Amino acid sequence: MTRDERIAKLKVLAKERILVLDGAMGTMIQGYKLTEADFRGERLKDHAHDVKGDNELISLSQPDILREIHLKYYRAGADIAETNTFSATRIAQADYHLEHLAYEMNVESARIAREAADIAESETPGRVCFVAGVLGPTNRTASISPKVSDPGFRNVYFDELVTAYKEATRGLIEGGADTILVETIFDTLNAKAALFAVEEVFEELGFELPVMISGTITDMSGRLLSGQTPEAFWNSVRHVKPFSIGLNCALGAKEMRPHIDTLSRIADANVSAHPNAGLPNEMGEYDQDAAQMSALVGEFASSGLVNIVGGCCGTTPEHIEAIAKAVKGIRPRNIPRIEPRLRLSGLEAFTAA
Amino acid sequence: MTQSTANFINIGERTNVTGSAKFKKLIVEDRFDEALAVARQQVENGAQIIDVNMDEGMLDSQAAMVRFLNLIASEPDISRVPIMIDSSKWSVIEAGLKCVQGKAVVNSISLKEGEKAFLEQARKVKRYGAAAVVMAFDEEGQADTANRKFEICERAYKLLTEVAGFPPEDIIFDPNIFAVATGIDEHNNYAVEFIDATRRIRQQLPYAHVSGGVSNVSFSFRGNEPVREAMHSVFLYHAIKAGMDMGIVNAGQLAIYDDIEPTLRERVEDVILNRRPDATERLLEAAEQYKGGTGKKREEDLSWREKPVGERLTHSLVKGINAYIEEDVEEARQQAERPLHVIEGPLMDGMNVVGDLFGDGKMFLPQVVKSARVMKQAVAYLMPFMEKEKELTGATQKEAAATILMATVKGDVHDIGKNIVGVVLQCNNYEVIDLGVMVPVDKILRVARERKVDIIGLSGLITPSLDEMCHVAAEMEREGFDIPLLIGGATTSRIHTAVKINPNYRRGQAIYVTDASRAVGVASNLISETSRGQFVADIREEYAKMATAHAGAREKKDRQPIEAARENRLKVEWPGYKPTRPSFLGTRVFEDYPLEKLVPYIDWTPFFQTWELAGQYPQILKDDKVGEAARGLFDDAQAMLKQMVEEKWVKAAAVIGFWPANQVADDDIELYTDDARKETLAMLHSLRQQMKRSSDRANMALADFVAPKDTGIEDYVGGFAVTAGFGEDEVAKRFEEANDDYRAILSKALADRLAEAFAEHMHERVRREFWGYAAKEKLSNAELIAEKYQGIRPAPGYPAQPDHTEKRTLFKLLDVEAKIGMKLTESCAMWPGAAVSGLYFSHPQSEYFGVGKIGHDQVVDYAARKGMELAECERWLAPILSYTPGAEPEEEAA
Repeated sequence: MTRDERIAKLKVLAKERILVLDGAMGTMIQGYKLTEADFRGERLKDHAHDVKGDNELISLSQPDILREIHLKYYRAGADIAETNTFSATRIAQADYHLEHLAYEMNVESARIAREAADIAESETPGRVCFVAGVLGPTNRTASISPKVSDPGFRNVYFDELVTAYKEATRGLIEGGADTILVETIFDTLNAKAALFAVEEVFEELGFELPVMISGTITDMSGRLLSGQTPEAFWNSVRHVKPFSIGLNCALGAKEMRPHIDTLSRIADANVSAHPNAGLPNEMGEYDQDAAQMSALVGEFASSGLVNIVGGCCGTTPEHIEAIAKAVKGIRPRNIPRIEPRLRLSGLEAFTAA
Repeated sequence: MTQSTANFINIGERTNVTGSAKFKKLIVEDRFDEALAVARQQVENGAQIIDVNMDEGMLDSQAAMVRFLNLIASEPDISRVPIMIDSSKWSVIEAGLKCVQGKAVVNSISLKEGEKAFLEQARKVKRYGAAAVVMAFDEEGQADTANRKFEICERAYKLLTEVAGFPPEDIIFDPNIFAVATGIDEHNNYAVEFIDATRRIRQQLPYAHVSGGVSNVSFSFRGNEPVREAMHSVFLYHAIKAGMDMGIVNAGQLAIYDDIEPTLRERVEDVILNRRPDATERLLEAAEQYKGGTGKKREEDLSWREKPVGERLTHSLVKGINAYIEEDVEEARQQAERPLHVIEGPLMDGMNVVGDLFGDGKMFLPQVVKSARVMKQAVAYLMPFMEKEKELTGATQKEAAATILMATVKGDVHDIGKNIVGVVLQCNNYEVIDLGVMVPVDKILRVARERKVDIIGLSGLITPSLDEMCHVAAEMEREGFDIPLLIGGATTSRIHTAVKINPNYRRGQAIYVTDASRAVGVASNLISETSRGQFVADIREEYAKMATAHAGAREKKDRQPIEAARENRLKVEWPGYKPTRPSFLGTRVFEDYPLEKLVPYIDWTPFFQTWELAGQYPQILKDDKVGEAARGLFDDAQAMLKQMVEEKWVKAAAVIGFWPANQVADDDIELYTDDARKETLAMLHSLRQQMKRSSDRANMALADFVAPKDTGIEDYVGGFAVTAGFGEDEVAKRFEEANDDYRAILSKALADRLAEAFAEHMHERVRREFWGYAAKEKLSNAELIAEKYQGIRPAPGYPAQPDHTEKRTLFKLLDVEAKIGMKLTESCAMWPGAAVSGLYFSHPQSEYFGVGKIGHDQVVDYAARKGMELAECERWLAPILSYTPGAEPEEEAA
């Protein structure tokens, strides 16, 4: 199957049933208890800085482990794997002095996820597995000053973000991603830079992939870290006519529900939800088991709020298996027709009557 | 009330270095903290968007823009509203776009540098995720007449929506507000031109908005603030009516239309509307008295201070003056029996005046915000007295009667009415939890649960709030609430509450509250153990009745079921009717038809309409007002027409056809391959009028003019496609390249006329020769135009058959493209543009009619007959649907 055929299939499937995204990557990698030497592999054995914890690096140093994790999720019932590229940007990799590997990380991550997808497809004839190329938020924010005393200051600007995201996007596409997923957005300006970069790359290449967008409501204020409400956020990104809009991370399914409900009413795109396995406990661990979480996510589906579901922090292949079962046979949300109106936003949405 | 003013969007103008000397000084002197205060003040005063402009020669505009926007981003009070990034330099705009996380507005782009630059910038704006102000400015300069303003906007609209893929709702046109009363006669009509252009833009360019820099209009009265404010207010009053829905204004400073001194208002109105030649002098004369306005105002102040206290309070509230409010409230308190009576009496009266003025479009949101502030101050003054009264009567010991949660729903910032209701309820010993404005549903329900409230009250003023209220009701249902839900605010109504909100909340009851004075009565009924049951039952019954009546009324008023409409079809006495057989069956082609034969058939009246000259030909040539212009135009047209015909600038061609036909399945016409009438060639579909008839008029469909199949009568229909447009594009282009737009348009208009004339001429030949059912007919051109002949030639896409897609069948039948080279575009438009196509009906009772709005039942049936998806069918028929597609289930439920 070519990428074009897969994309066409993805769009058809989204109309027929609820699609399932995979679960957490970080916790799965932690499970392998990799050492500094494992992270480095042969190639970086003389690198001057510690790299343990640079999860994106295992795409280069431990491809077999990465492939195995993707395969576990596909076998659990995930339709879409997310590439291991959350921090594979020049900006985020600067922490490890590995900026120069950013492009390669994206190519390899997408390629390995595709390999796992091919294996999963061969195990179940007729099945189609997809790869979403992830663009993470980076570790900097373009609309918040890191200096309390100097609110006008920024440690990253739009143009730098665009450059970094363009490089990552080209890598993901080269490696075989079927969609681009801009996720864990806590500052919409970063996301706008990512989307700007993605559209520029599409224009350069002369073709487009479906774009998926997922924001993060960081706390009970019901807003992104940068202060936008979900509706304001949607107004800021809807110009790219994304394949999906949704939320992931920070909240459990229960806390996420009202905001998914909002998006479900206002967005003329597929709606996705991949929450954490509940809120973290005092130890920073996630307690919600597969049964509890899938019951909550299943209700999203039965209430007609979602088209795509999955898991974020604290979720495992068991969670995804239970979620996939919970939404099986439930009709996906009908995408509403939204009346064309001038819809602007600051931190809050503004709709011209 | 009219929603136009309530929905008018105020864009704050004070954070603009070119417009505000004060702001410029702050920026130039690097006093950004104070500059931020200016921005905050605008938002507080009701600006819904703030315009930021740093175009100043002494500044690094780009650096100033970036710094200011980054600072704003750290101020949630300011950055909650969208930003308008305003600069004449694209680089500054682009730098600004890189600093805002929200969806901003670019101010502005235009065709000034040509299409290429315009499209490039538009695509960029879209990629940055912003909307755009588009100036009525093209390669030739800024437009000053309504025609040019509209033409530029129309051209920009087409380029944006068709070439750049720009969403039409994100286009905000600025058709240039210029100064009037400058002493130069050519400027006198500038405001009128703006208003006219606005009207046309809003009518003809769907979803686009109109904005403008209002203070420009009064530029010639610099230094005379009272006159300027009056001019702004009068200008807006008329422009908003024409459809202007946004404006850059000083949100804190707008005179109230009704408040402008009548002489001044009349003179200002004369100037704005260009009503008399001496308008400018007369305003200048009057303006003298207002110069240094504050002095004059103080005199007026004294006069209103002498009025009775109630009127003084109203004056303060309407004008938003807080200087005397405490002193007046104190006086009123001393006269009143209880402090509460001051609120329920004179203060409420004053706020009702504010509400009425706002409703009539005579006050703007920023002014209402000021009024609310004065009201709050008045209430705050009275609070200690009310507390003391409670203490004296021992009321503090008493438990609150009930707890009421109040909120203005998400998306809405209007809270005056809600605040008044809150005060009144509190004064009546209710505990009020006021969650403020823009409250999301989950917060409302969470607090309601935590605080165990007895009643929830929702308020809202703008239209979208109605939907949000429906949503709150549905969420209350889902979350298992059963407490009463009160609905209030300017756009809300009893009928909306009964039909839309209440059905979402079956477990509880939604109740509409007319105004603050009713709130206490409703609340006390709802919490009283004894009266609650009956009270709710009464309302439930009333709402149920209203909902049923509403559903019924819509059904009845709008249309009748398609079956009933078919019953009432045109009554034709078929037995004994003998249709004429056309002289040939199948098609006939006319290539290169002599143009001179068409000239006598030209109907000139629509030609003048093209040029916006209203009147009937030939009387229009002698018209007092437009006669001279019409004569000039007519002479030019005649000269060009002569040349056009002699030199064959354009080529005319036609194809016509006739087929055996009968009406089938009520509304369709079946065409047969030959006289045997065995083999079906094609099916023509027609739409039937569905309006409820009180007289004995029929509900017609085109199919009524053809004999039904079961009568056995051998009937026929014809079809035609004619054009006089081959070559018209080349001719027009030739003139355009010579920069002669006038002649370019003239040539196209003449080709159009020739095509229409051809249709008329061909119809005559059809009646007399080809079909020959009226062989003896002899009519003058005037009689032809008045359609005094037998039979009709209706065109698909026109009132008798509004479905454009029927042209596809017609073009196939006539094999138009192969035969004469005329084409049908995907959207069923014809090429060349100067073309007409339609059907021929010969029955003596056939006549032109309009189908009007049609019902869901007919559309479902029609789509099935055509083998078209319902949704697609609804799209084509959108202008004539009597319902909102996708909303039927709701209607059925109601």
